[in-house]
Amino acid sequence: MRLDEQTRGDFAILARIVNGHPLVYLDSAASSQKPRSVVEAMTRYYERSHANVHRSIHTLGEEATELYEAARDRVQRFVGAAAREEIVFTRGTTDGIGIVAEAVGRTLRPGDEILVTELEHHSNLVPWQVAARDRGARVRAVPVIGDGVLDLAALDRLLGPRTRLVAVAHVSNVLGTILPVAEIVARARRVGALTLVDGAQAVPHMPVDMSALGCDFYVFSSHKMLGPTGIGVLYGRRSVLEALEPARGGSEMIKEVWIDRATWNDLPWRFEPGTPPIAEAVGLDAAIEYLEKLGMDRVREHTHALAVQAATQLAAIPGVRVFGPRQERGAVVAFSVEGLHPHDVAAALDTDGIAVRAGHHCAQPLMRWCGVVGTSRASFSVFNSPEEVALLAHAVGDLQRALG
Amino acid sequence: MSATVRPALYSDVIRERWRRPRFRGELADATASAEDVNPLCGDRVRMQLRLEDGQVRAARFTGDSCAICSASADVVAELVEGHPRSEATALQVRDILEILKTDVRPTRMRCVTLPLTVLGKALA
Repeated sequence: MRLDEQTRGDFAILARIVNGHPLVYLDSAASSQKPRSVVEAMTRYYERSHANVHRSIHTLGEEATELYEAARDRVQRFVGAAAREEIVFTRGTTDGIGIVAEAVGRTLRPGDEILVTELEHHSNLVPWQVAARDRGARVRAVPVIGDGVLDLAALDRLLGPRTRLVAVAHVSNVLGTILPVAEIVARARRVGALTLVDGAQAVPHMPVDMSALGCDFYVFSSHKMLGPTGIGVLYGRRSVLEALEPARGGSEMIKEVWIDRATWNDLPWRFEPGTPPIAEAVGLDAAIEYLEKLGMDRVREHTHALAVQAATQLAAIPGVRVFGPRQERGAVVAFSVEGLHPHDVAAALDTDGIAVRAGHHCAQPLMRWCGVVGTSRASFSVFNSPEEVALLAHAVGDLQRALG
Repeated sequence: MSATVRPALYSDVIRERWRRPRFRGELADATASAEDVNPLCGDRVRMQLRLEDGQVRAARFTGDSCAICSASADVVAELVEGHPRSEATALQVRDILEILKTDVRPTRMRCVTLPLTVLGKALA
């Protein structure tokens, strides 16, 4: 059975009629929909077990703590981390990058360099700009070349003794380019630089394995991988996290406090100040369980096939330009239609019940590289079908007429 | 799906103004100009004015923007050209919406207001 046929009934929202048409949801790269098991797990938690975690000496508190920490164990297994201490819960990908940027940022010296790439999401760009500006360091970018791949020769030229950290996306949220992360990490390590990988567009669609990638930090969001909003994960290599001074203080990250000083709790809680997103951790746990049952290899195969189909069918339409590598790509396809603004494209598709993203996708430097203000973007999840991709292509082909 | 008749996405006025703008272009003898971007989409509108004796003698716009924003800019330019500067300053969003003859969803309202914001900066 096809993956979409198997999963479609699990997503109640897909029964919606939008503007007189069955919803065709092609915006999972912005935020995916949630299967019933995720919603039910969170409801069950709120109706049976909710209390604050860690220091509540009563039955509900113990249940909540158990559920919260069980979610951590599942995340650890899911991404192939060596230890549960390496899994820090955050509010999302942006928050995870912020935690690292603040902590690493305060160790930067004037002249130090943070190396990013031209295709980064603003969230993997601006935190480094802020950190660098405060310390007299600077941000440099590895260029994008060809049909949207990284210039690895330039990477070698840009890496040097001043490079303190290399921050790269695993999968581009616009081009769909899958970056050779293990290779980049290995080269960064040779100059002694730390590495952070933005896995927001990778973890929902392909198996990821920290031991194989070898990076120091890896961040991703729950809400793009069938889980709830409000929680994300920061993987940090244990030895690196241990050496890192936390930048944010309060409650769970503390061991002992005096008026003028404090000592830090053990990992991973050292980087989790404040009451964490408990119900969201329960929901993320259920989302990963759901994905594990499907099998991430099958998920990758399915979403990749949809992306290749979309890229091929859209590129065949006169006046349509498809961005990014044609074959080796993640589950997003950005495109533009000659003479039409991406927002008008998205608004017109919405009248057919088709939800796509339009705009600069929080990647303005990459938009400049593409030579456009913005693009429209279709993205795919387990529940999308080849028929929906065909509907998209048909509607895009009909746009010039539709917009009069 | 090809058999369905779509309800018009945008009003006739928006489509006409977007496809065949009357005030798009550069003003060689502009005395004031401004530009701004819509942070939501990266759209950019530039407005040029020739101000003389308390009058807006000419107004033109350029920029990369969607149909609604282009139509709005075209209307804004038309509404101020040949009018006293004080009238131009007093221009409101509802004046534009009235001419565009359309209900604009809240998510697209910034597309309407950007040209007005740019006009305000040019007149400031």
